[in-house]
Amino acid sequence: MKVTGKVWKYGDDINTDVIFPGKYTYTVSDRNEMGKYALEDLDPEFTKNAQPGDIIVGGKNWGCGSSREQAVTCIKMRGIGAIIAKGFARIYYRNALNEGLPIVVSPEAVDALEKGDEVTVDFDKSEIVTPKGTFKFPPYPDFVKGLIEDGGLIPHVKKSLGL
Amino acid sequence: MGKTFAEKVLGKAAGEPVSAGQVVIVEPHFCMSHDNAAPIWGTFEKIGVKKVWKPDHLVFILDHAIPAPTDKHAENHMKIRQVVKEQGIRYFYDVTSKGGVCHQIMCEEGFALPGLIVVGSDSHTCTYGAFGTFSTGIGRSEMAATWATGQIWFRVPESMKITVTGKFKKGVSAKDLILKIAGDIKADGADYMSIEFHGPAIEEMSLSERMTLCNMGIEVGAKNAVCPPDQKVLDFIKPIAKTDQWEAIWADDDAVYAKELHYDLGDLVPAVAKPHTVDNYAPIDEVKGTPIHQAFLGSCTNARIEDLRLAAGILKGKEVAVRTIVLPASWTVYRQALEEGLIEVFLDAGCVIVNPGCGPCMGNHEGILAPGETCISTANRNFKGRMGNKDSFIYLASPMTVAASALKGEISDPREVL
Repeated sequence: MKVTGKVWKYGDDINTDVIFPGKYTYTVSDRNEMGKYALEDLDPEFTKNAQPGDIIVGGKNWGCGSSREQAVTCIKMRGIGAIIAKGFARIYYRNALNEGLPIVVSPEAVDALEKGDEVTVDFDKSEIVTPKGTFKFPPYPDFVKGLIEDGGLIPHVKKSLGL
Repeated sequence: MGKTFAEKVLGKAAGEPVSAGQVVIVEPHFCMSHDNAAPIWGTFEKIGVKKVWKPDHLVFILDHAIPAPTDKHAENHMKIRQVVKEQGIRYFYDVTSKGGVCHQIMCEEGFALPGLIVVGSDSHTCTYGAFGTFSTGIGRSEMAATWATGQIWFRVPESMKITVTGKFKKGVSAKDLILKIAGDIKADGADYMSIEFHGPAIEEMSLSERMTLCNMGIEVGAKNAVCPPDQKVLDFIKPIAKTDQWEAIWADDDAVYAKELHYDLGDLVPAVAKPHTVDNYAPIDEVKGTPIHQAFLGSCTNARIEDLRLAAGILKGKEVAVRTIVLPASWTVYRQALEEGLIEVFLDAGCVIVNPGCGPCMGNHEGILAPGETCISTANRNFKGRMGNKDSFIYLASPMTVAASALKGEISDPREVL
């Protein structure tokens, strides 16, 4: 799998409240609608202009805070191709894998990328191609590979239960 | 080589000795969900399983927006009541005077027990570590999958040992300690780790104070946070335990830690976390005099009877200068506050008492801020937009600091009014 898109770049410790505000957690329940509010309290420009295939680049501890899965769903439903970050908060990391949203840890690529750059993430080769060079990233741990291959946790569980 | 708390509890559940870095699959003892039980049910249905794996392992507690502020919230609650009925969920806390904030109820009602593994579809599930529980927050899909299979995977975390000694000075409390820790190690300081609190000062702390510490473990990225299951814990849980499966498990003396820290309570001062991050620590002197528009005494972090007593001690016989919202963590706490005359103190001081729940803390209802407004709050998060508006400002502080600030209408040093 390979995704190519334009970069939206953010800093460290971006929390789930600014990704998907708490006030919407019970008033917006349609998955497609969630995409409209992605990053609303972080970057209104993104909320307005992000295009399917774009790629989010974040610093350390992306997605800290609440366990709300909508903070992953809204980005996925917005059509974002991948999130590249220096690191992910643990619940967000799990939620992203469970939702089948590709996430990549690469501090080097994050430092190299600027807003508006075109970037390609090649999951088969485990590399990120940027205007400033190509960076390798560690493949997913074995125990989550099955999850990714099945397209997220729910299809994975269905499959394992033979349903 | 000894084992950490996380290694021992996860190893016991996995049925084999484990070390940090290994992946285990375990069956959780309790799965807590709040208002999000309804959307989780929607995901559960997609799996195609008809019945949850063990209905008595599920706990539903309505708290995030109660009583329902909108028809959407009401529909959500209605769905949960339907699921409770259909699936035979025994542990359900509806909008009644038996309920309250989910984490408070889990602890008050004997679900938070030593050595158990508890997952919750809420990030502050780590609170139960105060009772020696291995507890952690998970997302909605993962909760749905756990209901279906009774299994969840964990990477056995590395551990951080925080040893606490000394005594609090006047006007300083557990909240000031955890704000200081967050300021020192930052929001990712314990990412993926298990935090263990050790030392004589932890043993001297009340269970309520330990809950404040463990509650905010997630604010430094921890998977879980835990205190020793000492006699204080055992005396509390024995009469109320919902299962006899618990076991007092604690780290070995020679366990191996990824990081060790030490704090002396005597070194601490009243403090705040400035907007918009929990690790934006400032001693009170630095922010004293900052004007506020609202004070909030509530949340799963600091709204227990001990917290209300400290705040009432400062407010007694005086009047608040700004709107002050008091939200006891549960109806049990509310009732006790009533019996002790604390509710009267708050009312006499001009405070508004709202029902136990999460409303103001996460911007749902009962205390949303207007653009440009500033609130001082005993809650655990001050993220931009957290209380409903992205152009407002939240300072986190202890119940004493919040009460002192409410009196003056500006951030104030509680030591000056004690």
